[in-house]
Amino acid sequence: MTAPTDKPHLSREHMLGLLKEMIRIRRFEDKCAELYTREKIRGFLHLYDGEEAVAVGAIPVLEKRDRVVATYREHGHALVRGVPMTTVLAEMYGKQEGCSRGRGGSMHLFDRATNFYGGNAIVGGGLPMSIGLALADRMRGDDIVTACFFGEGAVAEGEFHESLNLAALWELPVLFVCENNLYAMGTALALSESETEIQRKAGCYRIASEAVDGMDVIAVEAAARRAVHAVRESRKPYFLECRTYRLRAHSMFDAQLYRDKAEVEAWRHKEPIVRFQGWLEANHMVHPEDLARIEAEVAAEIAEAVAFGEAGTWEPVEQLTRFTYAEAEG
Amino acid sequence: MPPQMTQPATTEITYRDAMREAIRDALHRDDRVFLMGEDVGRYGGCYGVSKGLLAEFGAERIRDTPLSESGFTGAGIGAAMAGMRPIVELMTVNFSLLALDQILNTAATVRHMSGNQFGVPLVIRMATGAGRQLAAQHSHSLEGWYAHIPGIKVLAPATVEDARGMLWTALQDPDPVLIFENVMLYGMAGRLTADAGPVDIARAAVRRPGRDISLITYGGSLWKTLEAAAVLAGENIDAEVIDLRSLRPLDDATIMTSVARTRRAVIIDEGWRSGSLSAEIGMRIVEQAFWELDAPIGRVCSAEVPIPYARHLENAAIPQVPGIVAAAKAALGRV
Repeated sequence: MTAPTDKPHLSREHMLGLLKEMIRIRRFEDKCAELYTREKIRGFLHLYDGEEAVAVGAIPVLEKRDRVVATYREHGHALVRGVPMTTVLAEMYGKQEGCSRGRGGSMHLFDRATNFYGGNAIVGGGLPMSIGLALADRMRGDDIVTACFFGEGAVAEGEFHESLNLAALWELPVLFVCENNLYAMGTALALSESETEIQRKAGCYRIASEAVDGMDVIAVEAAARRAVHAVRESRKPYFLECRTYRLRAHSMFDAQLYRDKAEVEAWRHKEPIVRFQGWLEANHMVHPEDLARIEAEVAAEIAEAVAFGEAGTWEPVEQLTRFTYAEAEG
Repeated sequence: MPPQMTQPATTEITYRDAMREAIRDALHRDDRVFLMGEDVGRYGGCYGVSKGLLAEFGAERIRDTPLSESGFTGAGIGAAMAGMRPIVELMTVNFSLLALDQILNTAATVRHMSGNQFGVPLVIRMATGAGRQLAAQHSHSLEGWYAHIPGIKVLAPATVEDARGMLWTALQDPDPVLIFENVMLYGMAGRLTADAGPVDIARAAVRRPGRDISLITYGGSLWKTLEAAAVLAGENIDAEVIDLRSLRPLDDATIMTSVARTRRAVIIDEGWRSGSLSAEIGMRIVEQAFWELDAPIGRVCSAEVPIPYARHLENAAIPQVPGIVAAAKAALGRV
C-alpha cells in the first residue's frame, strides 16, 4: 500500500456505501431492540446507536486477512466485517444456526470465516488476545494487522496497560481502536479516568496515536487509513481514539440515571447518520431515491435475517456439553 | 504394568532437567512452539528449568516477559488461536491468579462460546506447593481450583517420566492444558530410559499395587505417600498408591477399580480440605463405589491456614508421612 491510497475515495458510490452501512447497523439494532421487547432475544443486549461511524469508518479499511477483536457491543463490528446478518440474528435468538451455534449470544459473536475473534464481555479482556494474535503474525512474518476495539472504560483495566506495553515492547502490528463514548456503563469519563485525554496514554508507551471525531465517518475512515497503513508499514502498534457517544442506554436494563436527557438530546443532533446524510444532501450527493433504495435494501435484509432467526432450530439438549473440549475428528 | 523382557538403558536425571529436556524437545520438534514467561530467558527460569535454552533457541522463542501475568497469558491465548503452540510459564500458582481472568474467562470458554470455531491449544506451566519456607504468597496448592473449570485440562507430573513426557502430549492437545510442577520435586532425581518420550495424560497410574487400602494422591504428595506405604508395609498393611497424574479429567475407572478391590480409601491432597479436589474424589467414590466400602473415606489435606514461613509450622501445615500413616490405619481400624 502506498501513501496516496490512504485518502478516502470521495466518490458518490463510496459515500453511499458508508451511509448504507451505518443505516444498516442502525436499523438492524432497532429491530433487535424490538425483538428484545418481544422476548425473542434475551440476555444482555448492548446497542451501538450513535457509534456506527467508528465501525463503518475503520473496519472496511482492513484487508480480509486482517483480524478483528471486538467487545460486547459488537453487532456493528460483526456486520461491517461481513458476518452475515442472518447468522448474527440467529445467534441472538439462541439458535444453532447462529454464528456461535447459539452458545455465545449477543455478546459473543464469533466468525472464523471473517477472522472475527469476538465478542468479549470482559472489559479489557480482548486486549491481551490481540497481542497474541499479532505476536503470532510477527513471529511468522505475516503481513497481517490485528484491530482491537475497546471502550474507554477498558482503559482503567490493568490489561490495557499490560497490552500496550507488550505491543510497543515487542513491536506488534496491532491497531488499538478506543471507542470513547464517554461512559463506562454508567460512570462518566471524568469519574473513571485521571487523564481524560485517552490518546495521551498511548504516548506513555511510545505508541503513535491519533484522536478523531468518531461521529464523522469520513474523518474516521481517513484516520483509519493512516493508522492501518502505519501498522502495516512499520509493523508496530498504533492507537486510534474515536470520540463518540452512546445514544442509547448501556444495555436494555439501564434506566440511565447517571446522565441528563438534555445531554443525550444534544448529542442526537451530532449523531453520525444525521450528520453525514445532511452533508451529502447539502452537497447533492444523495437523492431521495437513493435513500429510499437504501432503506428498502436494508429492510429486506433485516426481514430475511428475522425469518432466518425464526426458522432456526434449537440445538438438542443432548448436545449441551459439546465444544467444551475439541471433539475427535471423523 | 506389562512385564518387560529386557531392561532398557536408563540414565539418572532430575525432575528439573527432565522438564527442560521436554521443552527443548518440543522446540526442536515444532517451529510453532515457543516459551514465554517471567525470567525464562536471561535468568534461566526462577526454578532453573529453562536454563540454557535462550542461548540455544534465541530470544524470539525463549521470550522474557514483563511482570504482567494477565497480559502475557492472554498473549499466549491469542498466539495459540492464531496457530502457534505457546508454552506460558507462570512462576507460581499464586501469581497465576493475576491471569485467572484470561485462563477462565477466555482460554476455557472460547471454544464453547464460539460454537467450536476457535480453540486455544495453549500450555501453561507453573510451580505449586509448599516446603521451601517461602511463606503464604509463594506456597499454595491451588491446582484443585483449576480442576474445577470445564474447558481446560489439568496435569500434575510427579515422576521424571511424566516431567519428561507430559509436555509434548499437552502440546498435541487442541485445548488449553495447565501443568502444575510441585516445587519440592525439581531437585528430585530418577531413572529415565534413553528413549523416554510422550506419555498418556488421560490415565492415572498405580505406583504401588496393594490389597488393603487405596491411597489416592498426585504431585509432590506422591513420594510422601509411597514412603507412608513403606511404613505401613512394616506393619503388615499392604497399601495401593494411585498417582492421579491428571486432575481434570479425573480417571474415575482407575480409582474405582482400586477401591472396589481394597474397600478402603484415603486421599492425600496438598490443597486445603474445604472445597478441595479431595472432596471431589471422595464424593465420586461415594457416588460410584459406596457399596464396596468397608470404612469411611479418609483425607489428609493442608491445615486451613495460609502456609506459614517458619519451618516447623510449614511442615505441620501440609501433608506428611506420619499423618498419612495415621489416616490409613484409622481407615483400617488399626489405631
